[in-house]
Amino acid sequence: MNAESPAVATGHDAAPPRPRWQVLLIRPETMTLILLILGVFAGSLLSPFFLDINYILRSFTLYSEFAIVALVLTMVIIAGEIDLSPAANMALSACIFAWLQANGMPIPVAVVLGLVSGLAMGAVNAFFVIALQLPSIIVTIGTLTLYRGLAQIIAGDKSIRVPEWFIGVDKIMLVGIPLPVVLFIILAIVLGVVLGNTIFGRQIYQIGTNDVAARHAGIRSARIKVGLFLLVGVVAAFAGIMTASRLGSVRYDLGLGGELQMVLMAMLGGTYIFGGRGTILGTFLAAWLLVIVSTGMIVANVLPAVQLVVLGALLIVSIIATNLIYSRTQR
Amino acid sequence: MLKKSLLTGLAIGLTMLATGAFAQAVGHNFKVVYIGKNTGNPYFDSITGGFEDACKQIGCEFEFVAPATAEATSQIPFIEAQIQRGVNVIAIAPNSPDAMNQVLDDARAKGILVLAVNGDLVGNESHRDANILPVDFTKTGPNQVELMGSLIGYTGEIAILSATTEAPDQNTWIAAMNKTLAEDPKYKDMKLVATVYGDDQPEKSTTEMEALLSNYPNLVGVIAPTTVGVAAAAQVVQSRGIADKVHVTGLGLPSEMRDFVKDGTVKAFQLWSPYNEGWLAAYFADGVLNGTIKNEVGQTFEVPNLGSITIGDKNVMNTQAELTTFDASNIDDFNF
Repeated sequence: MNAESPAVATGHDAAPPRPRWQVLLIRPETMTLILLILGVFAGSLLSPFFLDINYILRSFTLYSEFAIVALVLTMVIIAGEIDLSPAANMALSACIFAWLQANGMPIPVAVVLGLVSGLAMGAVNAFFVIALQLPSIIVTIGTLTLYRGLAQIIAGDKSIRVPEWFIGVDKIMLVGIPLPVVLFIILAIVLGVVLGNTIFGRQIYQIGTNDVAARHAGIRSARIKVGLFLLVGVVAAFAGIMTASRLGSVRYDLGLGGELQMVLMAMLGGTYIFGGRGTILGTFLAAWLLVIVSTGMIVANVLPAVQLVVLGALLIVSIIATNLIYSRTQR
Repeated sequence: MLKKSLLTGLAIGLTMLATGAFAQAVGHNFKVVYIGKNTGNPYFDSITGGFEDACKQIGCEFEFVAPATAEATSQIPFIEAQIQRGVNVIAIAPNSPDAMNQVLDDARAKGILVLAVNGDLVGNESHRDANILPVDFTKTGPNQVELMGSLIGYTGEIAILSATTEAPDQNTWIAAMNKTLAEDPKYKDMKLVATVYGDDQPEKSTTEMEALLSNYPNLVGVIAPTTVGVAAAAQVVQSRGIADKVHVTGLGLPSEMRDFVKDGTVKAFQLWSPYNEGWLAAYFADGVLNGTIKNEVGQTFEVPNLGSITIGDKNVMNTQAELTTFDASNIDDFNF
């Protein structure tokens, strides 16, 4: 773009490239990270009991199931779709698993069948969205109710116990970190690499940016979306069974309202609700942000009404910032 | 012999130190927290009042917290937080009979005294230290049926408007009501036609009450064993002006029901004193932490204003023997 090479400047009608520090700094994830750091400071100021890594990790296990699903959900949203049924899927898979083992099925078989049922629920979503070309938000609002209802039919109003030895996945420690948190970190790294560094990952962004163009470019959009719905389904089932192990019992209302927490994590992490943009790192940071903010307020005995206001304000701030950053930097 | 008992004493002392349950070290300025079912439930203001006043007498520090919604798992982060805050006593009105088993065990392992107050972990009693209930809940169902019967002359169709489908206390009472109606010949002409659930939300309870009235035109009585439900049911009856036809009773707060009783919408309803639950819980905690009360079945202790309290089966204590019935003659004596 300098005087020595005018041909380049005339050939493209391009603006001068932004400095590298701007590219790195003006990203939604950076904002999430800053909010996270502010959250830690605020939490420490609010209560002297907050800043204890073991307590924070223990609190994270309470949200880890949602956080794990949110990572996969991030990829679905980037691909231009949405899935609101995972929390209900968690409940139904866990109920199927618990019901089977309560009726004499060996635990490993019950776990596998629970995961298979989660996969099947993902397949149902995929069928309606891909084969019947229905909007995913409508389909998954429908299946969210359907799966929750089926869970209630299986479990009734009672809770189903799991055996003592199966209880306590959150008490298993790997180098001082609870197992659910370790699984969350590992899955974040794997999905982060897949989404950011593979052709498959680039294709997900392309589908989300412009589905028609992606298909014309030879990307098997339908196949990839089916794969993502199946993945959410099976991961949600895994998360549901993990919740069963943490709580020691399963009810149909397991994970009630969890879909909002998952979407909240993706949004706070800068995933663009209309697809095409977002990162796993963003959702990873946002999950911690949500835990830090919620935990910080709960341990300081902040009124629940205030907690809701703060969480709502965080979401609105992050959506405004995400939109602003994307419209300024990439359009 | 002396040496052995000394050693045993030392060992017990060390164990108690290690688990943090060293009674004498606590004193009277211990920290107690009450975790309610959810916020915005006036019933808990009264229990909280009992805790506060008792703690003023005893010298303990009291705080009330509650989640925004009464879901089965919504209290778990609050229990974790109170463990982290290092409270000595967690009193809780459980939202689920079993979802909190693991985290309550964690609390007890840290030497925290766990009390279920105004509700119990039915079937999971080993996960709390003791339970404080206002009355013997096995009598609540029969008491309510008898009150309803006396209002409608023991004949006609009645219905129940409850809280949520899974509310453990309400379900215990409803089961007892069904049993009483079926087995006691005194109530053979009373027919229970429906049991509906208003989820302890005023709007939903109102809708369910209106649905009852249109679905069952011969209805003569509604029992709502929940404070939100009975107020909503009374409101519907009052606005339709059908108090002479449909009798509403149940468990209500005198402060919320006063106007309905005064204008004749509701003849009588029942409850206990939630205030006394908080009062008893605080005195019990003080006694246990300081070694003056042994938390064992059959033990008896004195509580100011309440008299002698006995620790019953499964470590359950009641603040009073029978339900109190409120009507026009006595409603002005109560202000909770």
